[in-house]
Amino acid sequence: MPEHVSQSLARITRLGRRCCDVLEALGRAGLFLVQSAFSMPSREGFRLWLRQMHFVGVLSLAIVLVSGLFIGMVLALQGYTILVDFGAEQALGQMVALSLLRELAPVVAALLFAGRAGSALTAEIGLMKATEQLTSMEMIGVDPLRRVVAPRLWAGFISLPILTVGFSVVGIWGGYLVGVEWLGVFEGSYWSNMQANVTFIDDIGNGIIKSLVFAVVVTWIAVFQGYDLVPTSEGISRATTRTVVYSSLAVLGLDFVLTAVMFGGL
Amino acid sequence: MTDAGFIEIENVHFSRGDTDIFRGVSLSIPRGKVTAIMGPSGTGKTTLLKLIGGQLAPDSGRVIIDGQDVHQLSRKALFRLRKRMGMLFQSGALFSDLDVFENVAFPIRVHTDLPDAMVRDIVLLKLQAVGLRGARHLMTSELSGGMARRVALARAVALDPELILYDEPFVGQDPISMGVLVQLIKRLNQALSLTSVVVSHDIKETLSIADYLYLIADGEVVAHGTPQSLDVHDDPRVSQFMHGEPDGPVPFHYPAKSLYDDILSEDATIRVG
Repeated sequence: MPEHVSQSLARITRLGRRCCDVLEALGRAGLFLVQSAFSMPSREGFRLWLRQMHFVGVLSLAIVLVSGLFIGMVLALQGYTILVDFGAEQALGQMVALSLLRELAPVVAALLFAGRAGSALTAEIGLMKATEQLTSMEMIGVDPLRRVVAPRLWAGFISLPILTVGFSVVGIWGGYLVGVEWLGVFEGSYWSNMQANVTFIDDIGNGIIKSLVFAVVVTWIAVFQGYDLVPTSEGISRATTRTVVYSSLAVLGLDFVLTAVMFGGL
Repeated sequence: MTDAGFIEIENVHFSRGDTDIFRGVSLSIPRGKVTAIMGPSGTGKTTLLKLIGGQLAPDSGRVIIDGQDVHQLSRKALFRLRKRMGMLFQSGALFSDLDVFENVAFPIRVHTDLPDAMVRDIVLLKLQAVGLRGARHLMTSELSGGMARRVALARAVALDPELILYDEPFVGQDPISMGVLVQLIKRLNQALSLTSVVVSHDIKETLSIADYLYLIADGEVVAHGTPQSLDVHDDPRVSQFMHGEPDGPVPFHYPAKSLYDDILSEDATIRVG
């Protein structure tokens, strides 16, 4: 066989193998999610879940709320400078609320969550794996998927939507501070425009659906990366990086798809 | 008591990637005795324990514990079987978010419905057996290596298992805690009539507690017998290992081209220059 043929054959083989690896990893991740997320709830499980809600949810509160405040303030400032040219600054409340509820709150909260809680989940589970804690748990006859993974997954699933709601609320208040208190938009029009133009199902509901989807994806990636990593110090650092990179890309990509379905008339 | 061993390993083959780790290993571990599996580092001794514990599955062959084929069991049945085993990990593998007391209590809490007062009594007795009753409130990060391994031992026997697997129990221990561990393993085995499997390459300590030895090298069992019979074995691989000779059938040098080619030939100088 001529050399260039065998070389391109080798390249195709490599590509095929790479595809198989990716598919296999996806399959493993899918099984992992099903096996760990759907297990019988128990009192002990509830206690473990509550503990994780604290680590994953409560401790992310500060970064999410502070970011929400600043984003709301920036939105109001930027929006005002454009709207005032058209004499439409009364619509500021509507603009701030819709941008936050539909787009910025779910996306930015999910990105912050991936950086703050996702990376911590990966590193924690990875370290448990590296120090044989997961193996020893298995040898004691306790399934680490139920004991370690499930509470963390559910804590992530539930806390991110709540954090997203908090983000929106604080953001709208930040917009109020800048728009009304500082730039002098009439308070009545800020709130009434918002009230008239934000619908519960289309805007708030879709935003929450988005954040639910992001919550599942980000937590799933974080926990799976921790569980599946190579248990060395290099493996842990790479998995932590992968968690943040993959989650961010997944959130932004999915956001486009979801927006197209929800608001793009698809 | 039956004649067949508590654990029967039959013609197990296992490979990782392209490397064969076991090429047909068979051994029998009798009930109520201390059986040691020895061999140079990297021969897959820990892998063998993982095969016994069902964490890894062999490419072919069977591992039978008390009449049950470990790798044919459902996940549930496997976890049930594991309740009857304890395992002491090389690193101790204590749960870092729990203190000493809760680490030992962990298996009891998850597998029984005993009231708290009784759990407390059992845990304190187990800790008393390893001499660490006074350390019950320490976090695992506050323990020395030897103490961590003793706590792990207390946890491994918390449910009074029938079988304990020790993975390199003596590695990295100072002489005092080494002596303590040897004593403990021996005493626990006698007091609870356990079946113990010790994987180790510390010859002196292992010989002092083992009833029977298997020596593994190159993916096979190269010799087995009582400590006395292996000590005078005539296979050069066995005597090199048993007497710790630096060179022999297991070479001191990792395979390489000759020293002359590597350092003094023209090729080498040009490459470095």
